[in-house]
Amino acid sequence: MTSSFPWLSLLLVLPLAGAVAVYLATESAARWIALIATLADLLVALPLWWLFDPQAAQMQFTEHVAWITVPPIYYSLGLDGISLPLVLMTVGIMPLCVLASWNAITTSRRGFMAVLLIMETAMVGVFVALDFVLFYVFWEAMLIPMYLLIGVWGGPNRLYAAIKFFLYTLAGSVLLLVAILVLYFYGGHTFDILALSQGTYPASLQTWLFLAFFAAFAVKVPMFPFHTWLPDAHVEAPTAGSVILASILLKMGTYGFLRFSLPMLPDASRAFTPMMVTLSIIAIIYGAYMALAQVDLKKLIAYSSVSHMGFVTLGLFVLNQQGLEGAVLQMVNHGITTGGLFLCVGIIYERTHSRLIADNVGLAAPMPQYATLLVIFALSSLGLPGTNSFVGEFLVLVGTFLWSKVATALASLGIILAATYLLWMIQRVVFGVPSPHHLPKLSDLNQRELATLIPLVVLVFWIGLYPNPLVSRMHQSVTNTIASMSREKVAPTAHPSAGGTTESLLAGSREPLTAQGSSR
Amino acid sequence: MSAYGADLLALLPELIIAVTACLVIALDPITPASRRDLLAWLSVGSLVICLGITIGQINSVNTRVSAFSELVVVDAYARFWKILLCSVAGLTILTSLPYLKAERIHLGEYYGFILLALSGMMVMVSGVDLLTIYLGTELMSLSLYVMTGLNRSKPRSLEAAAKYFVLGAFSSGILLYGISLLYGLAGSTKLEMIAGAIGTRGADDPLVLIATILVAVGFGFKIAAVPFHMWTPDVYQGAPTSVTAFMAVAAKAASFAAFMRVFVEGLGGLKADWSLLFLLISVVTLVLGNVVAIVQTNIKRMLAYSSIAHAGYALIGFVAAGRGVGLSGGTPGLASIMIYLAIYSFMTLGAFAVIGMLRKGGIEGEEIEDFTGLAKRQPLAAFLMLIFMTSLAGIPPTAGFIGKFYVFMAAVEADLAWLAAIALVFAVVSAYYYMRVVMVMYMRDPSPSSVAPPRLVTSPTLSFVLACAVAGVILFGLFPNPLVSFALQSVLTLK
Repeated sequence: MTSSFPWLSLLLVLPLAGAVAVYLATESAARWIALIATLADLLVALPLWWLFDPQAAQMQFTEHVAWITVPPIYYSLGLDGISLPLVLMTVGIMPLCVLASWNAITTSRRGFMAVLLIMETAMVGVFVALDFVLFYVFWEAMLIPMYLLIGVWGGPNRLYAAIKFFLYTLAGSVLLLVAILVLYFYGGHTFDILALSQGTYPASLQTWLFLAFFAAFAVKVPMFPFHTWLPDAHVEAPTAGSVILASILLKMGTYGFLRFSLPMLPDASRAFTPMMVTLSIIAIIYGAYMALAQVDLKKLIAYSSVSHMGFVTLGLFVLNQQGLEGAVLQMVNHGITTGGLFLCVGIIYERTHSRLIADNVGLAAPMPQYATLLVIFALSSLGLPGTNSFVGEFLVLVGTFLWSKVATALASLGIILAATYLLWMIQRVVFGVPSPHHLPKLSDLNQRELATLIPLVVLVFWIGLYPNPLVSRMHQSVTNTIASMSREKVAPTAHPSAGGTTESLLAGSREPLTAQGSSR
Repeated sequence: MSAYGADLLALLPELIIAVTACLVIALDPITPASRRDLLAWLSVGSLVICLGITIGQINSVNTRVSAFSELVVVDAYARFWKILLCSVAGLTILTSLPYLKAERIHLGEYYGFILLALSGMMVMVSGVDLLTIYLGTELMSLSLYVMTGLNRSKPRSLEAAAKYFVLGAFSSGILLYGISLLYGLAGSTKLEMIAGAIGTRGADDPLVLIATILVAVGFGFKIAAVPFHMWTPDVYQGAPTSVTAFMAVAAKAASFAAFMRVFVEGLGGLKADWSLLFLLISVVTLVLGNVVAIVQTNIKRMLAYSSIAHAGYALIGFVAAGRGVGLSGGTPGLASIMIYLAIYSFMTLGAFAVIGMLRKGGIEGEEIEDFTGLAKRQPLAAFLMLIFMTSLAGIPPTAGFIGKFYVFMAAVEADLAWLAAIALVFAVVSAYYYMRVVMVMYMRDPSPSSVAPPRLVTSPTLSFVLACAVAGVILFGLFPNPLVSFALQSVLTLK
């Protein structure tokens, strides 16, 4: 099943080696080295998709080496069905980020590429770490590179946005460290994530720990009302920074909920479910509503991220198989779709030097290819059947339906609003009538730009039409998570409040539903 | 004579340092100005020899050799600090070489004073008698007073020396008063006897408590804990940068070492009382240090407040040690202080070394604004400063994180999770001012109006110091095992 080859270490080391090489190289060679390093990392990661055994219940490709003796901290890595898609998404997005920065970054390109590569290591590390301290090290190691990325290569208001991002996320994550240390002493003197997930903790302790975890993860997601750093950071960050933020960084928060909060603190998770669902629904509606009002494309997409991530947290905290699978799927989908949208904004910004909707009107005529791809990403973002987001959002809503019909209805509002703000944006940007003085000679996509967008388009339709390979790989791990929440290794059941009548629906619902999604 | 032979052998490292110090001061008048470098190298040579002897002096971690009828001991605990202090002194001398020349205060006796201060510190860390410890403290402090005022042409340096002297003498008086009270109680100044006397008199005796508080205040001054920190910002800012680095690192480490030995070995019976006292002091210290550092514009002053805050973090380990629970007792807390201060030494030395390099025209650039746009002009130096600032902020994978990790781990083990949470929240505050340095270096362009943009003057010895500091910060961050196990072994001899 798994070979002893250290796949995951290789995944971590390659970008780091690339960063060193970039630092030693010349300015002109830097981007090539970065591209090669990220592509090499992708090549290493791709075989994992096939080598991964979907049936296996345990972690795969594990590595376990002692790092610190007192207290016992291990360099412990592994993949399961939840982290596999996220890792693949991370290493898949990174080459696109390098390509998107090909000409956009003009100052100290070496530094930029080195920072990107260091971030890749840290982000992959977050998803594969199986030791809590190791996880925390990767989690925090992200901060400085991202701070530099926004602060050095960002827009006019970059200093404010960078320090806001930095302090916000750091403030959230320091309490996580205390929680990790408390867990160590209550959980049998270990930092092993899997062992800690097996333990049971007193209810009052769980509440405190849940709140500490929540501080770290909710800021990262970001959940309402901790989202205010996100629009600033997105607007000021360079394109690659926005893509990384939206596609990967935000997922670290939801991944944290899924990997730590749910299995380790099941009682608290259940107790906090109403709060989490409420916050998620507020985020869905509020984010969408804010997106409606934006005149800046990046800000619009940033608020749409708040809304879409609300679906992910909603799916996580309705605590059933559909919701969880939908959430994981939606994490990947949001990465692909929003990443694509930010890349599109970056492309148009390179041409018109404006991100305002008013300055980018009527692009269908001068840039037909661009307009097509933008429309595809926008439709995917609003969850059109046949695209990836439909499958994820549908599963989340099914999961929510089992928990509460009112919540489902409210969350569905978000989809309607998403259609409104995205289609309205498309109407103006793609099909609007440009004012005469706004007609610079816009060239359509070149091959490099096509190369950054086409892979994402392929993924949009592949997941939209045939999500089964992805869902089947995560199925076992999601089942495990739910089982570990009930502390019994039984088949997944709905949340107690789902009621008896829906139980029967639940049992057979998953496969037909996904099939339905793919048939449209 | 043979009776003294063993005693002198035990003190051999201290003797070598003291003799070399005298030699350097004696040789200084007859050394031509152009060859004063030789005095520095002589000092470094003696440090290397001393380091070698110290490492080889005890072959087992359980050995505890006492000398001069139990005035000093040579044990693993003292060895840990001596190794740290000798390394810090050596690196300080190497930093000082180019710095003093650039400041035109390249005086031979400077090296003598560093060595004298170091011998005082080494006596402090190995003393088990309050008077011996006091003697070491005074030798260290007097040397530092002189070094602070070394830059006679700068009023600020003289002001700092005067302020340091007055407040330092005052604190020594308080310390001495506490010692005399303890002598009155125990009839001896030996820590062992004091511990015994406290055992028989009980912890509720008001005289015992007063004496403990006085001793705590005396040491509080030396480690710059709030509310005894008032001298720190002015002195750190006024003193020549290399001296500031030496003070911030070595003097603090040595004071902590003596502090820990006195309170654990001598006043251990009162640990319930003093851990409460230090709990208050540590919270106030790290809150005030971190908050006030935010508004500083002078980087030396900012690091002064940051060093106050770091003392607060280290004190958390002490509080945890006092609360010592479980089988391991107070060891994790005490070891965490040792780990913290060793790591703190590297990052602080590195940061001060970079500051000392910065030249604005003919004078030293020590405003934070002087670092503006440094990343464009001197990327390597800016990168090193970035690493030191990251580490001071305690962000992984640098060593600063490891230091904080062990302190907070000890705190959580002692059921002080809330204290760790407060301390970490203020670590976020600290990240703000550390990142401000990164911000001006990387994200601001130098203003075109400045005539002579500040630049860094490099030299081979400085490069060596920076390489050591950055290696320490990175390696202890990635592979903390050797340091941790060394500290954990060394602390066991502290009874």
